Amino acid sequence: MTAQSADLQKKSRGPWATALFRLSHDRAALVALAVFLTVVICCLLAPLYAAWAGVDPFKSTVDATITLGGVTRPVMELPTDGLALGYTPIGPTWVPGTYFLGADNQGRDVMARLLYGGMNSFIIAAAATVMTLTFATIFGTVAGFFGGIIDMVLSRILDVLWAFPVYLLAISLSIVLITQGITIGPIVIDSGSLFLPVFIIGVIYIPYVARPIRGQVMALRHGEFVLAAIGLGVPTHRILTKDVLPNISTTLIVFVPIMMALNMLTESALSFLSIGVQPPDASWGTIIQDGQTLLYTRPAVALAPGVMIVITVLALNVFGDGLRDALDPKSKIKLGRG
Amino acid sequence: MVFAILQRLGQMLFVMAGISMLVFAIFFGTPGVDPAARIAGRNASPEVLEAVRVSFGFDQPFYVQYLTMMKKIFVTGDLTSFVNRGWKVVPAVLDTIPVTLSLVGGAAVLWVVFSILIGVLAAAFRGGVTDKVLMILGLIGISMPVYWLGEVMNLVTQSRYHDTWAFSWVPPLGYKALSTDPKAWFLTLVIPWITLSILYIGLYGRVLRANIVEAMQEDYIRTARAKGLSETRILLAHAFRCSLISFVTLFGLDFGALVGGSALLTEVVFGLQGVGKLTYDALQNLDLPVIMTTVLYASFFVVIANALVDVVYILLDPRVRKS
Repeated sequence: MTAQSADLQKKSRGPWATALFRLSHDRAALVALAVFLTVVICCLLAPLYAAWAGVDPFKSTVDATITLGGVTRPVMELPTDGLALGYTPIGPTWVPGTYFLGADNQGRDVMARLLYGGMNSFIIAAAATVMTLTFATIFGTVAGFFGGIIDMVLSRILDVLWAFPVYLLAISLSIVLITQGITIGPIVIDSGSLFLPVFIIGVIYIPYVARPIRGQVMALRHGEFVLAAIGLGVPTHRILTKDVLPNISTTLIVFVPIMMALNMLTESALSFLSIGVQPPDASWGTIIQDGQTLLYTRPAVALAPGVMIVITVLALNVFGDGLRDALDPKSKIKLGRG
Repeated sequence: MVFAILQRLGQMLFVMAGISMLVFAIFFGTPGVDPAARIAGRNASPEVLEAVRVSFGFDQPFYVQYLTMMKKIFVTGDLTSFVNRGWKVVPAVLDTIPVTLSLVGGAAVLWVVFSILIGVLAAAFRGGVTDKVLMILGLIGISMPVYWLGEVMNLVTQSRYHDTWAFSWVPPLGYKALSTDPKAWFLTLVIPWITLSILYIGLYGRVLRANIVEAMQEDYIRTARAKGLSETRILLAHAFRCSLISFVTLFGLDFGALVGGSALLTEVVFGLQGVGKLTYDALQNLDLPVIMTTVLYASFFVVIANALVDVVYILLDPRVRKS
């Protein structure tokens, strides 16, 4: 057998394998993915860190003391100069496990809160991403495939949601939901529940994903293979699951890192405005808000979570770019507007 | 063409009606708590609650309540706050508009100038180091939370480096009216302008670069080359000009969205008493009438602005007119 015919007999790669191959050769995307996963794993280990450091990141510990190099200091220090008005939390000690990043204004370990906060931010962003993509797929597919009056009604609903400024919609929803919680029949959702920010963020971005999906499904609906399936009398649910969904799956996958990044930014902004994660729970946004009063004295409290957000969102964006190039080089999905 | 414009305006009215009903449903229809208690704020006395019930018509059917709300906000404008007793909400909201416009307008100038610079430079050197560095910088700009960037700016310019020559000119936080003191107006807004524009510089720079690179593949670029035009001229007079179409659309949308509330985070961090800050303060006091008003006015503004952009398009672009 000659080399040439061996080449010919070699099975060509499928589309998924091609994408994986392309992605595995994109160094920037791989580094970004590694950075992202490292941050996620560190944050998921938050309970371990808190146990090891022996701190409770959710309890006010203003009278705690720490011993460093044989010297015992209170966590909340009285200023030695000036009028000695009020206490200042201890600054970063840079000793892992002992107030590495200092304390916040309730004497809580900022490093432990940073990890716990990251965990909450990831959970909310991931859950909201799943919610947005699920509903957007349902709305987009139904509207695009069935067309007619169903499409008109769904599209108009999406228009209204789309035209509503994102933060104002979030504020309207959260002032009603988060201040009192919500009771629908037997279901009671506590006002501090993480489900509320997930719901708010999940809802506001549905049109953002549903619109491109709808357009794509509409084009597929008139594709020859779908027309043929309809002509053969294939049941609609089979056409949707076997012909339509596989064709929009790459778009959905491309949206995952984009939506994760957008959701992390939105979650932190809402939490910063005190309408996201509720105290004593932490998220990167709430820690930045806690740090606002300490900005000029103990800037580490506000700076650290922001740096984490930048690193994480940047990693997601770079990876998202690589993923898009690998899966669908001609794709028109652009980075989101915040 | 007239039909297309009418159709677009009709859609605008529909969306406005939809938004107002959604706002009504969120504020008055969410199950759980008495809407009168929400509007009256924390620890309201029974007399206040009763007054709220009567004035918003909570003893009447839903559509009457809806019409009462719309009348109070848009027709008579006599909606009052119950947290700050008797404070007229609608004039208060209108008073904050110049602040938000000053902030967004200045930032818009910055982001248009710098994103065009970045986009064109990156496209001119596409594939090279300049391109890569500019695009990474743009991506970092997109990845920064704007309120955090604002705090970093405050830390640097108000505290840590305030006493150095570089930032000693930065005045304390707050807004100065343009009409009374133009110099102070400008100085107080410089840092907020920079902060707000960075995200958009990154975003628009990247979009513009992508569009120019795409346009460079087109046939008319080959024609321009065949005519013997210089590379610079092809880039600026042909590829760049065509890429401006989506740039301008995006600009219209974002400018509207920023004036309509998205500048909120920047206003809060820099203590600028604009529409967003007013909403934020009301949020802290649970002052619902204020939030209802800002939400409705701002979202109507956004919807009308978007419709106007589209109408201008219909007037200018024959391709849009036909479809």
